[in-house]
Amino acid sequence: MTTKPLIDKPRLAELNETTLLDLLYYMKLMRAVEQRIERVLYRQGKIPGAVYSARGEEAIPVGSAAHLRPDDVVVSLHRTMGMFFIRGVPLRRIIAQYMGRKGGVTDGRDGNMHMGDLAYHIIAPISHLAETVPVAAGAALAIKMRGEDRVVYCYFGDGATSTGSWHEGVNFAAVQRLPLVLICDNNQWAYSTPLEKQMAVEHIVDRAAGYGIATEIVDGNDVLAVHEATGRAVARARAGEGPTLLECKTFRMTGHAAHDDARYVPAHLFEEWRAKDPIDRYQRYLREQGLLDEEKLNAMEARIEAEIDEAIAWAERQPYPSPDELERGVYYES
Amino acid sequence: MARMTYLQAISDALRYEMRRDPSVFILGEDIGVFGGAFKVTQGFLEEFGPERVIDTPISESGFTGAACAAATVGFRPVVEFQFIDFISCAFDQIVNYAGKCYYRWGIPMPVVFRGPCGGGVHAGPYHSQNPEAWFAHAPGLKVVLPATAKDAKGLLIAAIRDNNPVIYLENKFLYRHYREEVPEGEYVVPIGLAALRTIGQDLSIISYGATVHLCVAAARQLEREGASVEVVDLRSLVPLDKQTILDSVKKTNKVLIVHEANLTAGFGAEVAALISHEAFEYLDGPIMRVASLDVPSPFSPTLEMAMIPTVDKILEAARYLLAY
Ligand SMILES: Cc1ncc(C[n+]2csc(CCOP(=O)(O)OP(=O)(O)O)c2C)c(N)n1
Ligand SMILES: [Mg+2]
Repeated sequence: MTTKPLIDKPRLAELNETTLLDLLYYMKLMRAVEQRIERVLYRQGKIPGAVYSARGEEAIPVGSAAHLRPDDVVVSLHRTMGMFFIRGVPLRRIIAQYMGRKGGVTDGRDGNMHMGDLAYHIIAPISHLAETVPVAAGAALAIKMRGEDRVVYCYFGDGATSTGSWHEGVNFAAVQRLPLVLICDNNQWAYSTPLEKQMAVEHIVDRAAGYGIATEIVDGNDVLAVHEATGRAVARARAGEGPTLLECKTFRMTGHAAHDDARYVPAHLFEEWRAKDPIDRYQRYLREQGLLDEEKLNAMEARIEAEIDEAIAWAERQPYPSPDELERGVYYES
Repeated sequence: MARMTYLQAISDALRYEMRRDPSVFILGEDIGVFGGAFKVTQGFLEEFGPERVIDTPISESGFTGAACAAATVGFRPVVEFQFIDFISCAFDQIVNYAGKCYYRWGIPMPVVFRGPCGGGVHAGPYHSQNPEAWFAHAPGLKVVLPATAKDAKGLLIAAIRDNNPVIYLENKFLYRHYREEVPEGEYVVPIGLAALRTIGQDLSIISYGATVHLCVAAARQLEREGASVEVVDLRSLVPLDKQTILDSVKKTNKVLIVHEANLTAGFGAEVAALISHEAFEYLDGPIMRVASLDVPSPFSPTLEMAMIPTVDKILEAARYLLAY
């Protein structure tokens, strides 16, 4: 059940036309899926709980996940939808997950982005932010102990780096020189809390000075920059040089979740960052390179809409889990 | 009196205490500019300023420990957890620092830890928990759970004035679903007193928090069926109003205990042990419990509603006991 790596080679120069277009496809798919979930399904009352999206942040999961080999391990979080697609998790299962139905990645046991599937080497997060960092370090430790050529990615936001768990996990991974790529989606907000209330240093990477690991600040709205930087981090991890912290700077173009109108965000910031939209920007680049034209773009968009329609139709045909299942699987049996 | 939701009553109590006592300050994530994830502290930053309304980094252990220490030097901090589930990140500061402080050093620690608990809103395993038993087990902490808007106000004021660390658990389903007349201004509900929600002779249903309302609905139904049911709302688990529990049991001779937290090692077991020890000869039936099943709170509504107590589940157990 493993997926073919989208891009094997960490060198951008070796990316071919298909893979360059794939990066666009996955970013556009992520945006379209999240918009459909938030603006249609959620408003229709088909999604229980809260809905998070990552509008404007798509380049981070997509550009980074493009380096994953099938047996690499990922620890996800709530703004990493594109990574699930690249790993090969079927869209229909993701939609069913949001709806709390059978066939969803957790069969209705957990909601929206709290999903993982070891068949795809994706470890599900818990809500408690950055508790995933020690978990990712543990996965990397197992890889190191077995001498395998695999890496672990761990995604988190800027706010999560204020937790004790983040620091303990990073320190452990640093001391053990584990093959870990720490990917920070710095969208400059943690719910309503801006960076300057989150930390007294300027950059997330400044926090890493205390741990002695490699760091890099990346333009998180440039999918190719994210891709290149991740390639360097992965190479270091595979070479036994330990963890790297990538700080991908971007901006959250929505509220924290669907219920939040983000009135506390100065309007001019949305304006400024809209001009840096990662999808628009990459589309322009591909056109300039002569790799994208109107026809290809229309075909891609039509394909995305059709895939989403199909996935929603499938998900809506799945039943809700039966109460008979409720007590099953609290403990490992047999 | 003013008509208030349960949530407004919490805000009212906090505001009242902050106006009255300059040593009260509040801290937590997104409580200032945003007014809190559920808007309990809306308008507080404007009224009390950033020194008394502190937006914190996502550092539960950090700001909880800081609040505890401030409480030992003359302040009365109130810590908000965005969801009570995240209180686990601050477990050490609460259980090992706050809970043991007075016993070890004789230093009082007037600090309140509050946040939304409870399920029924399809928020999944990490935004639905009921952690009262974790803390009731730890000596040195008081634990209160208001079920009504009046109690939400009166117990919060009492908690802030208490010289002990108090865990104040507010139910997020009740926030906007429950509304009643609440006294304006000074209004204190002493910690450690239970309340009777219905008076009856045939069966005592002992509960606290959100399930009190389900028990009252069940009692009304049973009344129509000819039974007389007494609903005891504990309001405070630590300290526990043993007298009210025992008086009710000695009158009705039958006991059903109901809570939303899951069954095993839940607080209901403590109540059952108390009754069997102190009122054994009065019992005319087994002590029964209705609680959530012993599973993590599932996201899907079909699973979650099967897991938590409902009026029907309470009725079934009550009818069994009444016929016993
Ligand atoms: C330990 C903990 N405290 C509080 C929360 C509630 N919470 C959920 S998301 C969030 C903000 C997260 O900000 P950030 O890490 O920057 O990620 P972003 O949502 O911006 O992608 C908060 C406070 C939580 N999930 N875990
Ligand atoms: Mg953020």
